[in-house]
Amino acid sequence: MKLKGWKELTPGAVILEAGNSAEFKTGSWRAYRPIWIKENCIQCLFCWLYCPDMAIIVKDGKREEFNYDYCKGCGICALECPGKKGNKAIKMEEEGN
Amino acid sequence: MSKVVAVTGNEAVANALRQINPDVCAAYPITPQTDLMQRFASFVSDGLVDTEMILVESEHSAMSACVGAAAGGGRAVTATSGPGLALMWEILFVASGMRLPILMPVVNRSLSAPLNIHGDHSDAMGARDSGWIQLWSENAQEAYDNTVQALLIAEHMDIRLPIMVCMDGFIISHSIERVEYLDDDVVKNFVGSYKPLNPLLDIKHPKSIGPLILPDLYLEYKRMQHEAMSKVKDVVLQTAESFQKISGRKYGLFETYRLDDAEIAIVILNSAAGTTKDVIDIYRNKGIKVGLLKPRLFRPFPYEEVGEALKHLKAICVLDRADSFGAFGPLYTEIVSSIYLTKSQPIVINKIYGLGGRDYMPEHAKIVIEELIDIINTGKVRLYKDYLGVRE
Ligand code: SF4
Ligand code: SF4
Repeated sequence: MKLKGWKELTPGAVILEAGNSAEFKTGSWRAYRPIWIKENCIQCLFCWLYCPDMAIIVKDGKREEFNYDYCKGCGICALECPGKKGNKAIKMEEEGN
Repeated sequence: MSKVVAVTGNEAVANALRQINPDVCAAYPITPQTDLMQRFASFVSDGLVDTEMILVESEHSAMSACVGAAAGGGRAVTATSGPGLALMWEILFVASGMRLPILMPVVNRSLSAPLNIHGDHSDAMGARDSGWIQLWSENAQEAYDNTVQALLIAEHMDIRLPIMVCMDGFIISHSIERVEYLDDDVVKNFVGSYKPLNPLLDIKHPKSIGPLILPDLYLEYKRMQHEAMSKVKDVVLQTAESFQKISGRKYGLFETYRLDDAEIAIVILNSAAGTTKDVIDIYRNKGIKVGLLKPRLFRPFPYEEVGEALKHLKAICVLDRADSFGAFGPLYTEIVSSIYLTKSQPIVINKIYGLGGRDYMPEHAKIVIEELIDIINTGKVRLYKDYLGVRE
């Protein structure tokens, strides 16, 4: 992406296009990657509720894979996930391993 | 018809604010500004303005509320002094960075410690790099006139920057002087209605304000702010021209007094310029070619114009009513920079005076003029930075 020069900017850094955070991919911040363990998932959607970004994809009321473009690896989903019978449905793994 | 009245500086500026009739005023009391805002609050209570008055718990909040109001799309004003301005510090940069044309009279006061409530320029000089436009005023009339002109400058679509109108605490804010008020209608027409730029309350066009800007763009936004500042000079002059049409009073970027043929000169801000002009007359009668330059627009600083006005001189003393400990006073460094650009080399000395409201008397101007005469006669400078009227 070509960055704008100072003559092309909006005064005061006002963002005129609402809802453009989709363009800002926070996934590059991630040091730990959440892994979904499907067999332990009870579809409570706590992860979707707690995720501070839009990294949990929900389709027809069911959670699907992570969208890693927006997952900054904060680990909140893994902490909140109740899982099945004490077995978490999300685990965090260090990136690059 | 304009009206001639006998009022204090605070009263004159409060009256200008009444005539401007801003949408929002958020303020917190601090001496010597208290009486200004108290008067304006009475106008609100008496229904003489449509302003929403927000009484906040600190100056930090006052400026924050102004930022919110201005971002919402309203014309916002406040006023403060000394430590109050210091407490606003963080939000001053938010106001200018977000390009919000907020108007703030600053009734200049010293900073603690030691605690002192009287007039000096430490407050506004400390805020000189905050991205605010600064107009300085010698007396109540200039404070009134600058307040009326301020919004036309700040709200200009090429500018959109906040503006301070400075006047000396107590010396001007609390002394009664002759002031000519313009008619309410004349001021109303002159200031015009407020045109917001990208306001939040334009709910059909939702937007985000105050975003995080990372190293890849921050420099560009700051460069843009400098560009807006560099256009202020012209707008100040255009505004002064239209103001002259309604008032008959002439303003520029600075005022000169008997400077054209002078060999020595004093550069000084605000109320002390009046005293200095009187002493200059005494010396002119003795055949000494002395003059004065009094800056009006201090931010942005008109380096080229000031340099042109001063380059023919042999010796200059810049008097600062604010100190930079271990360095020259803030006005001195600007004057030296201005002259340097002209390649001319007059001797320029610096005197710190009047801190914490210490009176500046005619004998102080005399001491300075005598020293400048001595400098051009001997070519020798005793001290480049010294204190005027300080006891050993
Ligand atoms: S790690 Fe954080 S950002 Fe990533 S999916 Fe979980 S809650 Fe969302
Ligand atoms: S919080 Fe855990 S169990 Fe609940 S939907 Fe998300 S992954 Fe499945």
